[in-house]
Amino acid sequence: MTELGMLASEPLFGLPLAELWFGLVFFIFGTFLFLDGFDFGVGILFATRDSKHEKERLLDAIGPFWDGNEVWLVVFGGALFAAFPSIYANLFSRHYLLMFAILAALGLRGLAPEMYEQRDDATWKTWWGRAFVVGSLTTPFLIGLFAANWLLGATTIVTLPGIVVGFAVVALTVVDGVAFLRLKTRGELRESLATDGYRALAAYLALVVIALGALYATTPGLRSALLSPLVVGLVVATLVLAGGYALATARDRYYLAFVAVAGLVFSLVGVVAGSMYPLIDRASGLTVEDAIVSTLPLNVMTIGAGLLLPLIFVYFGVLYSVFSGPIEAGESY
Amino acid sequence: MVDPVIASRLQFALTTIVHIIFPVVSMGLAPFLVYFTWKEIRTGKAIYEQLRRFWTKIFAVSFAVGTVTGLVLEFEFGTNFAAFSTIAGELFGGPLALEGMMAFMLEATFLGIFVFGRERVSNLVYFVSSVAVGLGTWLSATWILIANSWMQTPRGFEMVMENGQSVVNLVDPIAAYLNPRFPWMFVHMQNAAVESVALLMAGIAAYYVFRHHVRENPIDHPEFWEKTLKIALVVLLVTAPIQAIQGDAYGRHVADTQPQKFAAMEAVWETESYVPEYIVAVPTNVDDLFDPRAKELFGIGIPGMASWLASGGNAEATIRGLESFQTEAPPVAIVFWAFRIMVALGFWFILLALWGAYRWWRGELLEDDLLHKALMGSSLLGFLAVEVGWIVTEVGRQPWVIQGVLKTTDGVSPGLTGTEATFTLAGFAGGYALLLILYTYVVVRLVRSGPPTRDELAAVESPTTEEAVSVDD
Repeated sequence: MTELGMLASEPLFGLPLAELWFGLVFFIFGTFLFLDGFDFGVGILFATRDSKHEKERLLDAIGPFWDGNEVWLVVFGGALFAAFPSIYANLFSRHYLLMFAILAALGLRGLAPEMYEQRDDATWKTWWGRAFVVGSLTTPFLIGLFAANWLLGATTIVTLPGIVVGFAVVALTVVDGVAFLRLKTRGELRESLATDGYRALAAYLALVVIALGALYATTPGLRSALLSPLVVGLVVATLVLAGGYALATARDRYYLAFVAVAGLVFSLVGVVAGSMYPLIDRASGLTVEDAIVSTLPLNVMTIGAGLLLPLIFVYFGVLYSVFSGPIEAGESY
Repeated sequence: MVDPVIASRLQFALTTIVHIIFPVVSMGLAPFLVYFTWKEIRTGKAIYEQLRRFWTKIFAVSFAVGTVTGLVLEFEFGTNFAAFSTIAGELFGGPLALEGMMAFMLEATFLGIFVFGRERVSNLVYFVSSVAVGLGTWLSATWILIANSWMQTPRGFEMVMENGQSVVNLVDPIAAYLNPRFPWMFVHMQNAAVESVALLMAGIAAYYVFRHHVRENPIDHPEFWEKTLKIALVVLLVTAPIQAIQGDAYGRHVADTQPQKFAAMEAVWETESYVPEYIVAVPTNVDDLFDPRAKELFGIGIPGMASWLASGGNAEATIRGLESFQTEAPPVAIVFWAFRIMVALGFWFILLALWGAYRWWRGELLEDDLLHKALMGSSLLGFLAVEVGWIVTEVGRQPWVIQGVLKTTDGVSPGLTGTEATFTLAGFAGGYALLLILYTYVVVRLVRSGPPTRDELAAVESPTTEEAVSVDD
């Protein structure tokens, strides 16, 4: 009982747990965006491939991974709910229709490849192929819109910075998809994807600049945060990582290019989180300290996450190493 | 426009009713898949590989649809029940987060290996993957049932004022998470899932056995379907009686801890002793059919039986009537009938299991066409039993979302408009109908195409396959 008493009265090891969970929530969100991001990117690139053979190859590449990748979104929801329930409630109910649009888009993205594989006739494949593209395109767009609206404290769904960030996230997932596919394919397909990657990267950088400009112009409350050393540093990091990606791609250093994309994704998420802090919800004016749950459940959750998150990375390590390297011809997993 | 409170409740009901199908398939299939994998590795017999491959496909599709529909439920706590999430989130959010981290991640990552990795990993790693997937599905149910059972028998918390609002504060996590209802729910739910899947397997297998042995239309893998039927019957013979025996004790637990729900299950209005167990009961007045306050029942009942069940053997025991509670009664007609359907199905499954076992013992399992038809007709009834069971649990606890603590109507998002809620409700009604049709279509196609043939199994292992396929590409 004394141990429980300790857990109830003071934070574990005296750590700043509210800040830690704020960071953790965004870290989980970033992991989702990076991992499921390449699934979205592959889904978008699906539209650019004409041959049935190449389309199959793209689906095969994400086959064993996407279930696990999407679970990061479930974990993001759970972590936000557990640590900041009032924010979870306020944010999600405020963006009511947007949340359901995201769910619908994710549903389409998840269902379409399952259906695509079911039948061999051309009409069926055409339509489910399109559904796959639409789901893969709208999901990252809406997630970008949601993240920007969260940062803005917007109470309406459609905001100018939100739309620009939405497009930026779409471009970023295409870069992510290219980087992943260059790990998983070989030959002509792998070579032709590089160009798609450069174009998407250029679009992403342009959109980030526009988005930052739009945020600066429309939201005076964000100006000082946008000029903070952290955010400026992350923007510089984005430029460096973009250069690194281009260089790695040109030299066929596939893993380095993939790692650079991870850096790009976490930089973007870092900009959102960094500009927001110490608030966690601009619309309600709540700070991280206001919104965090009380000490006992926070300690319990911290112990749980501290034990489980490393384990999850072990699972992912096993999964990704079992299916490492390009898929062999004729191998459909 | 529908009132946002009603629309939110309907939407949650609709999305839950559809979602539950997929976890039941996953939880129920998981132990079968572990068994098939184990036997495949130990015996090297092709039939176990066929069984494993065939049912894994159905598992994978169900998991994909279950993820999407489950995410909807998780988000609905924020979108539609924001007040509930704010008030109870400190205690309720934890299990959901732990479900994701402890269970869902385990299931999803190892499912990748289990579905796609047979040729890439050793037998041991492959078997471990099947266990990890199964463990993931059961742990997932554990955390969800912890969250749900806490709402039925809340413990380990106190109400405190925070930002001008009375909210739940966790004071004893062990009391809260291992609350009195949890073990009852867990056993009842897991056993129901395995039983439902056994019924589904038996029904599908009976169809093919029937066509082959009774109708004498030769099929491709008669031995595969005979084996499936036998495995399903064995499992049914174990799970069906457990479900009834445990369910009876569970009912007494409900009578003790949620007397209002129990009174609704039995439609007891006045506090009485020697209460009959109504097999059938209808209001004498048609106007009262949907009125929860209808009392003038016409019914056929077993005298004293409800009292006997509630008390565990005393026909004279008193049951507290719905009239004696401060709060409005739940919709009695729904709870009363859902409970009876569940119980009737439970007994039917026991009968079916005994019938099958008897025929098997007599060596007539493959020839009894009436048994085959009964099994075919019952293939989806396990799922129906799960649905009505959850209706008893969830409708029966109304008007409470957290028993005795928070009313459902006070849990809905305050800013939600009728237009928004109606719009998404209509969207879900259409979308989920389509989803169910597509899911059924896929499962039916998988069942029709049957297990992989022996030649196909051999082809997977043969080194010439790659070339053969690349030429085809």
